[in-house]
Amino acid sequence: MAMLEVKDLEVAYGRVKAVKGISLAVEQGQVVTLLGINGAGKSTTLRCISGLIPPVVGEVWFEGERIDKLPAHKIVRRGIAQSPEGRRLFKNMSVEDNLLLGAFSRQDADGVKRDLDRVYGMFDVLRSRRHEPAGLFSGGEQQMLAIGRAMMSNPKLLMLDEPSMGLSPIMTQLIMRTIGELQSEGVTILLVEQNAQAALSLADRGYVLEVGRIVLCDSAANLLGDDRVRQAYLGAD
Amino acid sequence: MNVTLFFEQLVNGLSLGSLYALIAVGYTVVYGIIQLINFAHGEIFMVGAFGAYTVWMVVGSPTALSWPMALFVLLPAMILGGVVLSVGTALATERFAYRPLRGAPRLAPLISAIGISVFLQEFVRLFYRKLPGAPDSKRAIPFPRIEGITGHSLQVGAVAIKLSSVFTVVALAVCTAFLWYYINKTKTGRAMVATSQDPDTARLMGIDVDAVIMRAFAVGAGLAAVAGVAHGLYIGNIDFKMGFMAGLKAFTAAVLGGIGNINGAVVGGLVLGIVESFAAQLGNSAWKDVWAFVILILVLVFRPQGILGAKVADRA
Ligand SMILES: Nc1ncnc2c1ncn2[C@@H]1O[C@H](COP(=O)(O)OP(=O)(O)OP(=O)(O)O)[C@@H](O)[C@H]1O
Ligand SMILES: [Mg+2]
Repeated sequence: MAMLEVKDLEVAYGRVKAVKGISLAVEQGQVVTLLGINGAGKSTTLRCISGLIPPVVGEVWFEGERIDKLPAHKIVRRGIAQSPEGRRLFKNMSVEDNLLLGAFSRQDADGVKRDLDRVYGMFDVLRSRRHEPAGLFSGGEQQMLAIGRAMMSNPKLLMLDEPSMGLSPIMTQLIMRTIGELQSEGVTILLVEQNAQAALSLADRGYVLEVGRIVLCDSAANLLGDDRVRQAYLGAD
Repeated sequence: MNVTLFFEQLVNGLSLGSLYALIAVGYTVVYGIIQLINFAHGEIFMVGAFGAYTVWMVVGSPTALSWPMALFVLLPAMILGGVVLSVGTALATERFAYRPLRGAPRLAPLISAIGISVFLQEFVRLFYRKLPGAPDSKRAIPFPRIEGITGHSLQVGAVAIKLSSVFTVVALAVCTAFLWYYINKTKTGRAMVATSQDPDTARLMGIDVDAVIMRAFAVGAGLAAVAGVAHGLYIGNIDFKMGFMAGLKAFTAAVLGGIGNINGAVVGGLVLGIVESFAAQLGNSAWKDVWAFVILILVLVFRPQGILGAKVADRA
């Protein structure tokens, strides 16, 4: 059984359905990417999995248990972390305070310290400026912090919502390399991206979302070679 | 105005301002997290004063305690009783009057708050009328004398400072210090700040936002109860309507300092207290309650973010 399974999920804002019956699965240890243009419903899907919005219909299963009725903070305790779109750092709090908030649900002080070291090891600039407010950092550095903060709950599943948004190509590369490192450490990742090229070169599998429905799902390699994907998302003609 | 009078008014202003500040924190903390103006908060302050009074009644209405007994046993017990009653009341209103309305249009919880405010006033009035041995709750009730504070003053040069003034200012200082520690140094305090900045992201951190909201109500109610006791000592009596004007003034103080901003509530309270006290001295004292609302209107028109800026402004 897959680690995360989403079944026939429908999510609405008021009367408007943003997600119209999608199903997807993430196997343990995999990187799965969710692609789609603006407004396709990618963030809504992640927000629903995290428990920030309840589904209208459908189910979310994690490690064999149904989680779509749980409040958000309990879903974090089950082992799902999300780095939200736009990073959403606590801008006037220090780097370290942001990271510690990421570990809010944990009781194991030793483990938290170890993970803090691990995040600082991954992103040196965060360690050297750990007492500075998060708002003072560049976009790329803020993204590092957002990913690091999500890692601080020591999640089994890490969900990243458009980590390359607004970043320079070089920064995007650096962030993607970091995600690759997490992948090789065995972290299971659900990656939402508009940068299909970067996401598919990392991922094992991919789903393509269009106006609330999944229109394609295949291995990342196949999607990279798929004509429709190449035309719509990779800028090929 | 001569120097003595100036300092006397300054001390008066600081005492009054400390009362406003202690109450204002409750408005601002709750607003910072759920954007609700809790108009029943003035009544939480009143309930705190009556809670303390009730403790005094329950222990047999002692009037002739030695000062160490009064100061170190009776007064702490009274404060504790007030805090427990205020916090309990605030948590109950949160649970039954506000939580069911979360997500409803903003006007709904506001109206609910006004309802709670009337309910609490009437409840206290009727409850104390039925209580055997309790004084007539239609009139102001003299607050118990606390030997060692009530009726004593400190003479500094030509200026006499009432010990109840000192108590009020010290209460604010101690509460502010605790609050600072809680907000900045404890895990649940950081969670409260995070929730006020971005509730959804706070939930993604694993923070139970409902629990944070309850703590916000509890913290505000605790400080309001301390203010209730300080009011009893400083003004000398309490009544079931006392929360109305004090609540409006403290709300003004919170807006003046920047609603949602805790430091602002303290600064706003002190500024308002001092302005009121000097205005009453210089002008006609019958007009003293007008100044707070003149300030409120001026702030809302010219600087709605308050002196220190509302937290809403740095949310971006
Ligand atoms: N809070 C909201 N209230 C109402 N409608 C919303 C809300 N958030 C999103 N929507 C709508 O839901 C649909 C899906 O939005 P969503 O944010 O999930 O898309 P997305 O795929 O993440 O897009 P993007 O790439 O721009 O982040 C869009 O039509 C959007 O306008
Ligand atoms: Mg999105």
